Formats: sequence, C-alpha cells, structure tokens
Amino acid sequence: MNDIPQGLLTVFIGIFVVLVVASIITFILTKSKPDKDFTELVLRIKSWWMMAVLFSIAILINRNISILFFAFLSFLALKEYFTLIPTSRSHRLVLFFAYLSIPVQFYWIFINWYGMFIIFIPVYMFLLIPLVLIFIGENKGFLKSVGSVHWGMMMMLFGLSHISFLLVLPPENAAGAGGAGLILYLVVLTQGNDVAQYLWGKMFGRHKVVPKVSPNKTWEGLIGGVATTIALAFLLAPYLTPLSPLHILFSGIIIGVGGFIGDVNISALKRDIGVKDSGTSLPGHGGILDRIDSLTFTAPMFFHFIRYLYF
Amino acid sequence: MANILRLLFSILLIRPLILIVLGISGRYRFRLPKKGPAIIVANHNSHLDTLVLMTLFPLTLTNRIRPVAAADYFLKNRFLAWFSLNIMNIIPIQRTGAKKIDDLFAGVHEALANGDIVILYPEGSRGEPEKLQNYKSGIFHLSRGCPDVPIYPTFMHGLGKALPKGDFVLVPFQCHVTVGDPFYWNPQKKEFMRELNNRMEDLANEGDFPPWE
Repeated sequence: MNDIPQGLLTVFIGIFVVLVVASIITFILTKSKPDKDFTELVLRIKSWWMMAVLFSIAILINRNISILFFAFLSFLALKEYFTLIPTSRSHRLVLFFAYLSIPVQFYWIFINWYGMFIIFIPVYMFLLIPLVLIFIGENKGFLKSVGSVHWGMMMMLFGLSHISFLLVLPPENAAGAGGAGLILYLVVLTQGNDVAQYLWGKMFGRHKVVPKVSPNKTWEGLIGGVATTIALAFLLAPYLTPLSPLHILFSGIIIGVGGFIGDVNISALKRDIGVKDSGTSLPGHGGILDRIDSLTFTAPMFFHFIRYLYF
Repeated sequence: MANILRLLFSILLIRPLILIVLGISGRYRFRLPKKGPAIIVANHNSHLDTLVLMTLFPLTLTNRIRPVAAADYFLKNRFLAWFSLNIMNIIPIQRTGAKKIDDLFAGVHEALANGDIVILYPEGSRGEPEKLQNYKSGIFHLSRGCPDVPIYPTFMHGLGKALPKGDFVLVPFQCHVTVGDPFYWNPQKKEFMRELNNRMEDLANEGDFPPWE
C-alpha cells in the first residue's frame, strides 16, 4: 500500500464523508418520521457502504488486485445476465466458453497487450461462439444463442474490462493519480450521475424521455443529472486526472449521457424479459446489473475519449 | 476425524463453490429448522442440490445434515462409498429388494431419533432438468414411523441448468431456493401426497424463472 497519491486519498476520504453524512441524514429521517417506511433507503445506503469499502480495497492495494477485482465483477455480471435470460440446454457448453474468456480477456490487460484486448471479444470470440454451436449441432435457437451470448459478453466483459485497462495506460501521461485515479473519476462520476438523475427526476420530473422503456426517466432528471455530473467533474478532475478544462466538460457530458443510455439499455432488457430487478445481490438496489448498467456504457466511452487525447 | 474432514470440506470446497461460483438467492430461509429432528424434502435436478441445501444451514450443524441417498448408486465403488458415507454423511437406502418397508427406513429413523436433519428427494432420481416429477410415496411410509417430525418442503431452481444429470461440465448459474412452512404426517395417504405436491407446486410458482428448453 505504498505511496497512495494524495489526490486519490483526498477523493476517497471525500466519498466516505459523503456516506457518513448520508447515513446521518437517513438516521435522523427514520427517527423524526417513524410512521414512514425508509427500509429501502436504509438498505440502499448499507449496500453503498459495502460497495465503497470493497471498491476502496480493490483500488488502493495494488494494480493486480484491482485487475482481479474487475475480472470477478465481470464474472458476477455475466452470471447474473445468463441467469436472467432464456437459455437452451443443448447450447449450455457455449456459456462455459463465455465464462472461460473472462480470465483470458483480463490476462491481455495484465500483460498490457492493447491490440489483443481490443479485438479478442469483438473478433475472436465473435467467431468462436458460432463455431462451438455448429459443433454442438443443435440448430434450433441458433440465432438466439449466438446473439444473446455475444451481446452479454460485449456488455459485461468487453465493456466493463475497459475500466481495468485504465490501470495499465502509461502512468507518466496520467499526471495526478495514475490509472487508479482515472478509475475513481469514472466510477464516482457514473454512480454520482445515477444518483443525481434520480434525485432531479424525483424533485422536478415532468416530461418522460422514453416512457415505454423506463417511465421514471425524465428530461428534467437527465438534464439536471448531466449538469450535476459536469459540476462534480470540475471538482474531482484536478485531483484525479490530467484533463484540461474543456476536456473536463466533455468527459462530464460523455459520462452523464452515456450513463443514462447504459441505464435504459438494461431497463429495455429487463422489460423484454419481464422482471423489475436483475437480481437480489445488492439489497435496496436489486442485482449487480442494476448497479453497473451505466458503467457498461460509460467505461468504454470514457476510456476511448481519454486514450485518444492523452495516451 | 470424519467430523473434522466434513467441516473442512464444507468450508474449503462446498461453500466457496455454492456461494461464489454459483451464488444463492432465495426466499424464507429463516423458515429452515434451527435444530433437528427435521425432514427437508426438495425437488431433485442435480448433484449440486445436496450441496446447496447443506450450505443453507450454519456450519455448526454440518455434522447433523444427513442426505438420504440410493445405495446402488452412491456405494457402487469403494472410493465413492467412502466419500458418500464419510464426507457427505449419507444414509444409504436400498431402492430394491427390501423385505419390509420399515426396515428400509431404519437408518433414517435412527438418525431422526438422534436429532439429525434428514434431506430427502421424494422424486427418487434427478430426472429431467428443471421439471417437477410426481413425488413417490416413500416419504409417506418414512413419516409413518415418525409422525411428530416436521417436514419442510423446499424448492430449488437453476441447479439442473448448472449441472444436469448426465453432464460433466459445470456452467455457473445463480440458483434460487424457496423454503416452505413445515407440515406433518397424515394417515390419509392420498391427502398427504396431495398436500406435498400442492406445497411444492406453490413454492415453484412463487418464482418467475426464464425458460430453459
């Protein structure tokens, strides 16, 4: 745990201060209005604490532990996805290959092989999955299986693994807090954006953006959320990133809008299947997918934005 | 010695496999008995079923959990027999050739008298993955000898997807467990079996599971 950059430490302390304040407010609310039910809120804050502690451990100790942590997160997300969707018994072997590709994808990150990292899932696994199905030889549901398995791998594995690649970008260009700082910036802005959009929507929401997919998403929430995210970006970027003011603005917009799309993307999936929550692993939030839905979009978008400009 | 091995096996292999590789979500786990004697009846789709049920109980009860298992299958060679009897702590049952039905369940009654928690799959064998079969009446005859022991119906989903009968590749899926309220033996055989079927069906219908063709 040697040499934690000052900026990283400051922001982590900030996160825990926010959580303490949120817990105190929740405590006062439950005491002052005992007739109202705050169970959901209490559970949510509890889960936030758990996630914040786990995430801090994953980021602060060292790079390899961070990579392992994100590989495990991809595994949990992919498993939740496969549990959620209709699958076929005869094609179950292809899911096994999908799981196997997790350690492989994260190995490319570990050895810092960008070229392979960026094509392994979109090209090689894309070609391998139909091949496995062809060898299994059951044609019924072929398209459904190739489509749904590869889509899940693109989202939960390829998309999310971009977070880890931030760790192995050349550190001399990531002035400030290195790759860990970039991850913290991305994750805090994405999760903050979720909360901000929710709160703005709850307070001022009138006009629905995509009523059929997600009736709770409003233009007021979206715009307020993006504005809050941009403000938060300006607050955090000097501690964590090498971004110039113009780039801070753009990164805030990218994460704000990308987070929204990632969120409704998973909402559309859940509507199609007919479930409300993707799982039950995070009390008050739902499943893992409900929490990382936004990240599946913001991670690749932010990664390519910053890589193009700085690395 | 076997007690310690069993505990280690549970901590080092069963629990990591069930809790991390598969993952359990479930309902009404608090309904499970805190101590024996008790009978857990569950639907049977996979070898993983017993491991999941074991994981639902606290480690302190490890040596109290006794799965009822077919002797012809689980004692078929020396290694499997040693593993089944010592590590899994099974109560072997002769599926064929028993003279009197009460002799058949002597081992089970002994375990229950000892205060153990017995796991029983009334479907008999694992069958088609993720399909409920009709329950065999063995549970009725077993319970006749111990009408005061509560029977806990438990429904599991997803394990037949993760490791179905006849397959050797484990594919991780989250499994879902629903525990029902306990019920007791009833001298009317038809009524008793209907009650068991209805309770299991109700538990199954509580979950909303994606299709698995």
